[in-house]
Amino acid sequence: MRQIIIIAKRELQAFFDSLVAYIMLAAFLGFSGFFTWLYGADVFLRNQADLQTFFGIAYWTLFFFIPALTMKMLAEEKKTGTIELLFTKAITDWQIVFGKFLACLALVFIALLFTVPYYLTVWKLGPVDHGAVFCGYLGLIMMSATYISIGIFASSVTNNQIVAFLFSLFAGMFFHILFDVLARSFTGGLAETLSYLSVSSHYDSISRGVIDSKDIIYFLSVIFMALFLSEVSLAKRNLQS
Amino acid sequence: MDIIVNGLSKLYGAQKALDAISFHVKTGEIVGFLGPNGAGKTTAMKIITCYLAANSGEVKVGDYSVKDSPQEVKRHIGYLPEHNPLYLDMPVMDYLEFSALLQGVEKNRVKERIREMIKKCGLNVEKHKKIGELSKGYRQRVGLAQAMIHDPAVLILDEPTTGLDPNQIVEIRKLIKELGKEKTVILSTHILPEVEATCDRILIISKGKIVADGTSDTLRKKSQGQEVLKVKIEEGNKMDILQALQQLETVALADAVAGAENVFEIQSKGNWSSKRNVFKLCVERNWILTEAIPYETKLEDIFRDLTI
Repeated sequence: MRQIIIIAKRELQAFFDSLVAYIMLAAFLGFSGFFTWLYGADVFLRNQADLQTFFGIAYWTLFFFIPALTMKMLAEEKKTGTIELLFTKAITDWQIVFGKFLACLALVFIALLFTVPYYLTVWKLGPVDHGAVFCGYLGLIMMSATYISIGIFASSVTNNQIVAFLFSLFAGMFFHILFDVLARSFTGGLAETLSYLSVSSHYDSISRGVIDSKDIIYFLSVIFMALFLSEVSLAKRNLQS
Repeated sequence: MDIIVNGLSKLYGAQKALDAISFHVKTGEIVGFLGPNGAGKTTAMKIITCYLAANSGEVKVGDYSVKDSPQEVKRHIGYLPEHNPLYLDMPVMDYLEFSALLQGVEKNRVKERIREMIKKCGLNVEKHKKIGELSKGYRQRVGLAQAMIHDPAVLILDEPTTGLDPNQIVEIRKLIKELGKEKTVILSTHILPEVEATCDRILIISKGKIVADGTSDTLRKKSQGQEVLKVKIEEGNKMDILQALQQLETVALADAVAGAENVFEIQSKGNWSSKRNVFKLCVERNWILTEAIPYETKLEDIFRDLTI
């Protein structure tokens, strides 16, 4: 566990050293703030003291930002050879993968922390459903964790960051909308399976305020699967013969 | 900590990078891997450091097997990979701290270890810079520092002196020799004088096999059949001298060197030396011996003989 934290800390430090963190925070807060307070179906237009607009926007902004965070995680290390340093330190491949996962998740968490003033403002404006806000944040974190793990997997299969970015966006697209769209054009068991695979259906039910173990299990299993596959893809170096 | 390698093989596709090599490195020994490009030096090192898995064979570092307890093995090894990859956007101090913590150095000892490494590797002037801003020589020192930060019992250095200037090379060699007194060191290089200067033992690897194993002296003796002496004898007739030399009982073959005045090459019979006899002969005949140069078989020659 100590090793995981050390890796996560270094990666988080690297985000802040390389401007990635600042750009991501500024862009995320800019987008979500703009659409939550100033434009379109904003809080004032809805005339309801809730954060549904924000959650709807964040659902999309995070989807696009996360691949940009995860793309360099393993791909860059493989390209520059620093992965060899990590592999030959007294840590396991799993600790490397999980440490990097935690670093990305921590950055997303920091970004979400900066939106707490939104919540406090809305609370000031009217009676707010605290449970729904909590669930909305939980849903965002679960969704982010899912895309981070997919992004890290994408980064583990290539040593080109652009490929990793596009691959994770492409794979994410299926979970984000395509499974949902496909589910609607089929019926029966196939439709149910596709709908179960879609992140959006699980995200919707959590952000509506229903914490169902089914949804949590779904998110955790996708995260675990993607991280496990990343570890396998790192271990592949030994299967070249 | 000893390193025992037994029947190690590694395949890259159909290509055999290592072909059942076995060797034993004892504690306090500095062993140099020598070999042409693509001989398998780096592959062997990568397997010992648990970066790659072997196809067959066994590596033991101390009591730990690379296959069964890689974490323990890695904890006791300091590794400087080929090309010395580093996090270029990290400051030197942060990077060393990161390496120390990952290798399980206790928190309260980390500062002390970093200070020691910075002193040992001469990084004091550059310690607050980012690694990307350092010159190649200083990066190499950072690489060495991170390899030694947890005070490992085994050091594995893949071409540790590439990119260093001559002064730095001498310093790093001195450092390695000093470390080698108590640690087990394996280093690879294709610079021949380097192994002679630093290593207690040389393993020459060629095409995935160990073709020679021994100190530089024993290797030299092995490949050196007869003594070859180049002498210059003045104040005498060339033909007389040549004839007299040929009649010496230890001389197998004497020949005048073309293009030079009174210079001869003398090959002795196996296991004999003609130096004394040549001197005595000159004294007897009143010739003057002005030059006597023994031909030494150079490590280069041994290397060429074994690897081509």
